[in-house]
Amino acid sequence: MSSVAVFSKASPFDALQRWLPKLVLAPSMLIVLVGFYGYILWTFVLSFTNSTFMPSYKWAGLQQYTRLLDNDRWWVASKNLAVFGGMFIGISLVLGVVLAVLLDQRIRREGFIRTVYLYPMALSMIVTGTAWKWLLNPGLGLDKMLRDWGWEGFRLDWLVDPSRVVYCLVIAAVWQSSGFVMALFLAGLRGVDQSIIRAAQIDGASLPTIYLRVVLPSLRPVFFSAVMILAHIAIKSFDLVAAMTAGGPGYSSDLPAMFMYSFTFSRGQMGMGSASAILMLGAILAILVPYLYSELRTKRHE
Amino acid sequence: MNSQMGKPSISISRVAIYAVLLLAVVVYLVPLIVMLLTSFKSPEDISTGNLLSWPTVVTGMGWVKAWATVDGYFWNSVKITVPAVLISTAIGAINGYVLAMWRFRGSQLFFGLLLFGCFLPFQTVLLPASFTVGKMGLAASTTGLVFVHVVYGLAFTTLFFRNYYVSIPDALVKAARLDGAGFFTIFGRIILPMSTPIIMVCLIWQFTQIWNDFLFGVVFSSGDSQPITVALNNLVNTSTGAKEYNVDMAAAMIAGLPTLLVYVLAGKYFLRGLTAGAVKG
Repeated sequence: MSSVAVFSKASPFDALQRWLPKLVLAPSMLIVLVGFYGYILWTFVLSFTNSTFMPSYKWAGLQQYTRLLDNDRWWVASKNLAVFGGMFIGISLVLGVVLAVLLDQRIRREGFIRTVYLYPMALSMIVTGTAWKWLLNPGLGLDKMLRDWGWEGFRLDWLVDPSRVVYCLVIAAVWQSSGFVMALFLAGLRGVDQSIIRAAQIDGASLPTIYLRVVLPSLRPVFFSAVMILAHIAIKSFDLVAAMTAGGPGYSSDLPAMFMYSFTFSRGQMGMGSASAILMLGAILAILVPYLYSELRTKRHE
Repeated sequence: MNSQMGKPSISISRVAIYAVLLLAVVVYLVPLIVMLLTSFKSPEDISTGNLLSWPTVVTGMGWVKAWATVDGYFWNSVKITVPAVLISTAIGAINGYVLAMWRFRGSQLFFGLLLFGCFLPFQTVLLPASFTVGKMGLAASTTGLVFVHVVYGLAFTTLFFRNYYVSIPDALVKAARLDGAGFFTIFGRIILPMSTPIIMVCLIWQFTQIWNDFLFGVVFSSGDSQPITVALNNLVNTSTGAKEYNVDMAAAMIAGLPTLLVYVLAGKYFLRGLTAGAVKG
């Protein structure tokens, strides 16, 4: 908006100054246009070809998409994402909110406690996966520990149980990310006007009621961004699966990101891999667009 | 506090709150404690004891073996992370400066496009990016990974700086412009000196992202150029030979220590990066 119109005479210096911002931004603009949007388009094109180990540009129509939707492994991966995503988001939210509310009660050593809740977020999902793979090891992990401690009948072999292995991913992912949800909500709680709480207290409302009825509803925006971020983490989850289960046993713990990687880069199914990547993008857009829309709308109303 | 001491019902609920919070502290810490304990045990100790049993003999063998395996890959990660973090932060700073203070027709549109880039699932660009890196002759090199991390880190670094600079009053820049200061003079003399907090946030955010990356590492590198996350995954998921869990855990600790250290030393900036990345706009 504020252009360099102040300068009436166009000396070479002024002309340069006028062009400098554009020149400086140009390389990044090019990179984003090509490396982000151009490449998405490229992947989109590849998903309509019969590319296998090498890219080929022979039109194959919707063939890759129908093959994908006929593929049992893709359905296992998608169903796993629904279960994993749903549980991961739900449990992280509940844990995060509860811990944030409890931490907001003028707790001693709050800084230390916060640090402990949040440190897993600094770790790579590969490290998290390695640690939890060991903790959930059937025979040597928590399985054995609780039996050693006297709980004779305790069994924990989810890691090798095709119908339960997804829960192992949920446990590790919740451990990694719930502290982050806590931090988001704690920041939100600190922004709540204390006089509202005091007014409700004077009206005789109990503290739990105040939180449920007054405080938490006012944190709706925090809630939405937390869901956004967690959903984003869930859809992109690849490293956690790679480290913990590599998709196994069989392909029972596959997620779409893992599916895309193994079909594209190990099995020489570039066309189908690209189709799966495009469907993943679709899933992100399905969450992102309503979110951005509501964000922009509330901004305009303010 | 003192006024509440008289009411027993309140102190009971206080005790309950502390109990829940401390229980959670223990649960969050257990994996780290288990990793540390296991890494200092001998293989026999691991099969006879349990996760939280104290090592009968404390031995550093696991760490020695782990370091011998991941040594080179650790330094690969350093070679990838340090330049990628510095370059992407520098570009982000100057981009953010333009987007916040030198708007021109189309710059807002570009900002919107960039914002979407923060949510981009990298799977959609992986194949074309690998063709490009191959064409540039950078496949299977740490330089290729630096390049990829800079490109796909741009969205976040630009966003950090743009959002920080938007809150700086326009008058400051206008006054400097009237005094004849140019684009780079204003940036270097006025803007940069007040950017320390956001530079810290951006550096730490990029450091954790790039150090912890696995997807780009596994796609764009092979053999000797792999980062530590890929090496750790290879070590843990090889099925040959007897599993040495003490080595696995020591290697995991080695991979996790740099980011943990940064988190402990600069937790404030780490948290700010997370929430700034979260609540955009």
